[in-house]
Amino acid sequence: MSQPAALPSPITRLGDRVLTNVGVLGEFGLLVAASFRTLRRRGIPLRETLLQFELIAVRSTPIVAITALFTGMVLALQTAFALSRFGAKPYVGSILGLAIVRELGPVLAALMVAGRVGAGITSELGSMKVTEQVDAIRAMGADPVEKLVLPRVIAATVGLPLLTLFAIVLGIYGGLVVADLQYRISPDFFLQTVTTAVTIGDFFSGVIKTFVFGWTIAMVACFVGLRADGGTAGVGRATTQSVVVASIAVLVSDFFLTKLLMLVPTDRILSWIGSALS
Amino acid sequence: MDRECPLVSGGTPVVTLEGVRKAFRDVPVLRGVDLTVAKGDTFTILGGSGSGKSVCLKHMIGLLEADAGRVLIEDRDVTHLSERGWVAERKRFGMVFQGAALFDSLSVFENVAYPIREHRNDPEERVRERVRTCLASVGLAGIEELVPAELSGGMRKRVGVARAIALEPAVMLYDEPTTGLDPANARRIGRLIRQLQQELGVTSVVVTHDMELCHAVSDRIALLRGGRIVVEDAAAKLADGRHPEMRAFLEGTHEALPPSIEEQAEEDSSHV
Repeated sequence: MSQPAALPSPITRLGDRVLTNVGVLGEFGLLVAASFRTLRRRGIPLRETLLQFELIAVRSTPIVAITALFTGMVLALQTAFALSRFGAKPYVGSILGLAIVRELGPVLAALMVAGRVGAGITSELGSMKVTEQVDAIRAMGADPVEKLVLPRVIAATVGLPLLTLFAIVLGIYGGLVVADLQYRISPDFFLQTVTTAVTIGDFFSGVIKTFVFGWTIAMVACFVGLRADGGTAGVGRATTQSVVVASIAVLVSDFFLTKLLMLVPTDRILSWIGSALS
Repeated sequence: MDRECPLVSGGTPVVTLEGVRKAFRDVPVLRGVDLTVAKGDTFTILGGSGSGKSVCLKHMIGLLEADAGRVLIEDRDVTHLSERGWVAERKRFGMVFQGAALFDSLSVFENVAYPIREHRNDPEERVRERVRTCLASVGLAGIEELVPAELSGGMRKRVGVARAIALEPAVMLYDEPTTGLDPANARRIGRLIRQLQQELGVTSVVVTHDMELCHAVSDRIALLRGGRIVVEDAAAKLADGRHPEMRAFLEGTHEALPPSIEEQAEEDSSHV
């Protein structure tokens, strides 16, 4: 800080940036900790959480539906096109099923939610921050984490897995329609190839990830929104930043979660649970 | 601790700042503010834009934490109180924000009922009754079902006052209550502040650069310049503007420091 009048060296600037980013990560950690503390102490703010569930999950169904349907359709086109080179066209259902259940359903639903919901949350909380509404909540002796953060984070964490289930069903349906109309693969046979290829373990490894995605998207969006400053321009910047950071976080954490889940013998655990229950 | 300005109104201190310092991104805004607000008084903090008046006010209710110095409520040191510890203190405060800070997503009724529902377990009928009373006392009976976007600037401010008095606070903090209002509405707010003090015995802290409001409501006046209180005295003594600091402030010849980053940001955001 006590640099002479000359421009700071690139190393100083790099150092400053690293320090700033570490500081921001620390603040994020504090918000996460506060959210868990508030959840433990005050429980789930039910009314507001249900309201947010409607806004975050229910109203995301159209965009998730369109994304999943068309991805399933184009995936069937491409897969069948590629497989026909090896004379394996009838097995389009196996590949499509695995791709959608394990990867595309969860990630596409998450990216759509990161765009739609992440932007919505950040711009709303950002506007509340710059118009002192967040301060007003505090000044009235209420807790912005309980009132604003928890309901959104819980709604997104529960909502995204449900949206993913919906995306998986519609994605496979889209593939089925194209396989039937374009390649004359009967729906029965298509579904049979899907169910043979996809195990319950695949299904779980796909859906479990989305709890993490939903939590991350909402947590990042709330954090960035509550840090917004500098008027409307600041809210705009925060919103862009929130969508970018949440999308990248989804894609990067997807890789590591997938790798991690591959180490876990999900199928064996599930069959063990199944036999224990029966 | 010695105070340069002894209390003349003689009431017990309600809020005291002692040597409070605050900087934003290394830019100092408060450089050691000392002031004492006595019970039942209306205490006005005057100062130019960016002088740190609002920052001062936010320290009194824990929205900002001092870098150095002490903040006392009555005789309790609340300088580094936790957010949880502040909850009990804040129940006794009502704050009117510069832009009113009404919750856009809620109706006027829900806005005024917010602090009541937060802190009291009153039955719905009691809440309704209280909201009606609060709105009536700011002259806005019957607008419960409107949303903040449908209100004029003056109405928003008055709903902000109604919300702030909902829990019958002992202390009211007003952040630039007349900024952006036409003269008639500004005078109405001034009368409201006076009325609340007289009828309910509320202690008030008013932050403003509106001299007409200052004369209308103040018992004591403090002038903030360069991050310090440069003069503090009974309103009657400063009203004539003969004190050199006051005269300089009124004539605009006091060496105004460049507005701080934080205050600029606040002013920007108030125009949203």
